[in-house]
Amino acid sequence: MRKRTQNIFVRRTVFAAAATFLGTVFALPLVWFVFAPFNARAELGLAIPSPFTLSNFATVFENTFAMQALLNSLIQAAGGVVLVGGAATLAAYALSRSPIPGKGAVTYILLLFSSVVSGSAAMVPIFLIISAAGLIDTHLAVILVFAGGLLPTAMFILRDFIDAIPRSYEESAMVAGASPLQAFFDVALPVIRPGIVVVVVWAFVNIWGSFLIPFILLRSDKLMPASVAIYSFYSEAGTPIVTLLAAYSLIYSLPVIALYLFVNWKFGFRFFGGIKS
Amino acid sequence: MASVEFQNVSKSFGAFVAVPDISFSIADGEFICLLGPSGCGKTTSLRMIAGLETPSSGRVMIGGRDVTYLHPKDRGISMVFQDYALYPHMNIADNIAYPLKVRGEQEAKRHARAKDVADVLKIGDLLKRLPSQISGGQQQRTSLARALVYPSEVYLFDEPLSNLDAKLRLEARGFLNHLQRDMGMTAVYVTHDQAEAMALATRIAVMDKGRIVQFAPPIEIYRRPATTFVANFVGNPPMNLVPVAASIGEGALHLRAEGLQLAPIAPTDAIAKAAKAGKMTLGVRPEHLRIAGAGDQNVLSGALFANENMGPESLVTLERGDNGRVTARIFTDDEIKVGASVRLAFDARHIALFDETGARIPAADER
Amino acid sequence: MKTFSLLSTRAGALFLAPAAALVGVFVIIPFFWVIFVSFTNRTLLGRTAVDPDFVGLQNYFALFNPATFFTRGQFGFSLILTIQFVLLSALIGQALLGLLLAWLSQSVTPTLKSFLQTAVIAAWILPEVVIGFAWFAFLDYDNGTLNMILRGLGLPPGDWLLQQPFWVIVFFNTWRGAAFSMMLFNSAFQSIPPSYFQAADVAGATSWQKLRDIALPLIRGHVVTDLILITMWTFNVFTPFLLTHGGPSYRTEILSIYTYRIAFKDFEFGKGAAVGVVIMLINLAFALVYLRLAHKKPVEAE
Repeated sequence: MRKRTQNIFVRRTVFAAAATFLGTVFALPLVWFVFAPFNARAELGLAIPSPFTLSNFATVFENTFAMQALLNSLIQAAGGVVLVGGAATLAAYALSRSPIPGKGAVTYILLLFSSVVSGSAAMVPIFLIISAAGLIDTHLAVILVFAGGLLPTAMFILRDFIDAIPRSYEESAMVAGASPLQAFFDVALPVIRPGIVVVVVWAFVNIWGSFLIPFILLRSDKLMPASVAIYSFYSEAGTPIVTLLAAYSLIYSLPVIALYLFVNWKFGFRFFGGIKS
Repeated sequence: MASVEFQNVSKSFGAFVAVPDISFSIADGEFICLLGPSGCGKTTSLRMIAGLETPSSGRVMIGGRDVTYLHPKDRGISMVFQDYALYPHMNIADNIAYPLKVRGEQEAKRHARAKDVADVLKIGDLLKRLPSQISGGQQQRTSLARALVYPSEVYLFDEPLSNLDAKLRLEARGFLNHLQRDMGMTAVYVTHDQAEAMALATRIAVMDKGRIVQFAPPIEIYRRPATTFVANFVGNPPMNLVPVAASIGEGALHLRAEGLQLAPIAPTDAIAKAAKAGKMTLGVRPEHLRIAGAGDQNVLSGALFANENMGPESLVTLERGDNGRVTARIFTDDEIKVGASVRLAFDARHIALFDETGARIPAADER
Repeated sequence: MKTFSLLSTRAGALFLAPAAALVGVFVIIPFFWVIFVSFTNRTLLGRTAVDPDFVGLQNYFALFNPATFFTRGQFGFSLILTIQFVLLSALIGQALLGLLLAWLSQSVTPTLKSFLQTAVIAAWILPEVVIGFAWFAFLDYDNGTLNMILRGLGLPPGDWLLQQPFWVIVFFNTWRGAAFSMMLFNSAFQSIPPSYFQAADVAGATSWQKLRDIALPLIRGHVVTDLILITMWTFNVFTPFLLTHGGPSYRTEILSIYTYRIAFKDFEFGKGAAVGVVIMLINLAFALVYLRLAHKKPVEAE
């Protein structure tokens, strides 16, 4: 008996050690980020800043190019999110409630297409299509391409969500005198809202962090989002200005961290990591 | 208030025929229950009255108008749904007032009206709460209030009490009965609970597999069930049905079955005709059985299977060999003492006879 | 003759229209256009930019040319590299690591679990450019954190991005994506009734035995789903570009980066499209397998 208790104790310790080790390993590359933004003499090496300062951030705020890039990220993400949220909600509602022939097949085919036609595979035709439309080097191009790419998954998520809402909501509204549109806005939409929030957050995080699409479709500096801006800061010839970059990266990461915490608080882990809760 | 009529209505969902052909007529002020097991087509029929399903063929009339292809909102109906369909983002007042909002009424007016209805239903102090913050019984009454808040020709109920526990269900049932007497509403009420149908309906339509088997006032359904199906569905415990061999001899009907002792019955034409098949079903309700004494002529006997003392009554069940069981409701203050073998007696006038197809043979004193 | 529905077919079509247009233009058309372009010799500049010729399967022959197939910097090399990359960082790396992390999470204190999961998830949700930069700093020869630790332990430091670039991106991608597998296995483990494990405890099973005999068989469906998904994602991932740009000397040029170079550095759209088509075909194979398995799932869910 004592041996068993000993075994359990040993096992617990080993697990705890393993967990601590792995956690630390995962955190290692990011530890630098905790200190570097606040270090006026930051370099690529890990160093405790003395003193802790916010001067790097001040430099970032003064750099118009950097701030413009953040604004561009916001424009592209906000535009994309509005488009995805709006189009996906309407489409998912139709797929759920409307007797359109073959709609079950449509959803699966869409999902198939969207996973097959990845960014890597479709670089060339996307570029050609945007060129042909004369939209190279515009915010609109980035927003439209993102919307197209994210829509199938968004529609899939929302359709599942709307399917789970009892039809008796809209039915009772119509018996009470509402037209289908009134029923949609008064009764259905408010109940769908949590699903829309999830899709909007997911789409925002995707667009905000994305690099490849704007990298291909944009030319002018003044339209570049932060992801491309950061990349150009540290990969161009010469040494990167680490202080600026560290602080800038932190600012750039903040919305994502905030959104993650928000979703975690509201919904728990459920919606991340997949489609189903 | 208005009448409701189905003229040869049928409804199929793809290959599945939910309702092959139904016709019936409901007069103004009637409270009709559609009663039957799940899948019998009662909810489908209700939804066709509401307009939430469109018939595959036939016509639906409300108040003399052909409403078959009209949108629900143009039919002059109210409906209470089984899951209440309360909008979770609106408070109780807004939920109740919603039909008025859709009709363009002012906020002050419709909230005043909502309050009136809520008060009648004893939920007047819950108006600011959300549906998730009130109990099941209160949700049910909110759903009812929303149906009552505006005048309708016909009120439709889709198993509104099935999500309530037994005690609340009785309370709600009593209230509905009161409401019906008070308002004289024309209503169609779907349920699978025969006690509810008996308590609330002016007429019951017993349905099976998409057809109406019997459409009559409750007492008629109880006393003169049209088929064995109806006899078995209504009444708790249901009517005892004993298969018997039938023959006509010496100018009387003789029925034979194991453990059955029965005085010969005077045959009518109908009885004689049915007896030719040689097989019948004898029905007698549990409340019409009593412990047999020495002189009883009509007796069912068998081995004691169960003796359940329910308080005001005991349910005594006997087993007739391999031929099924018979249950009696014995009302007495004394404790029932029964031995291993039980004999239950009944009066001839409480007998129901069914022919080999299960249809009831009219008794001698019926037209 | 109007049948009632919550949303009429006409209104439904209107509701679908915006999404249909966007998906049609930016997903469906590219699918067909990339196939079409792959049969031409289109480029960005020069005559073939405005007047490309139809060259049939020439681009594909060029890609699969046995003479150059295994040469570094050519398609074949990139394809093989990518397969190795996927096998190591997704199938072995992310999946196994995710499994281990999820299993550990079930058995440690809540604080430790929080710490572990936060670290792993941070790696996953931070924007790719930021973590590219973070690893750039981490691996720096002179001052990077990794070399700092190695020197502190008395081990030799390395110029990792130059000397072991392939392993760098393997570890990088494993680190980046393990969170998804961890969360998937987490929720799979949590769906197993605790009484199963408690019964095993009473019978004296060790942790390894519980994992092997109870947990793994019950989550088999989830394991397969996870493997397919992360395989697809890793196959198409572009993030390593931010760390190595495909170098040095094409040593880390996985297919996505190769496509980028051919199309946007060498400006050979026709050839780039051909690579795109190959990528799509492989994706299609994965997707079909996944859909097949997703439909079979009810059998597994005990």
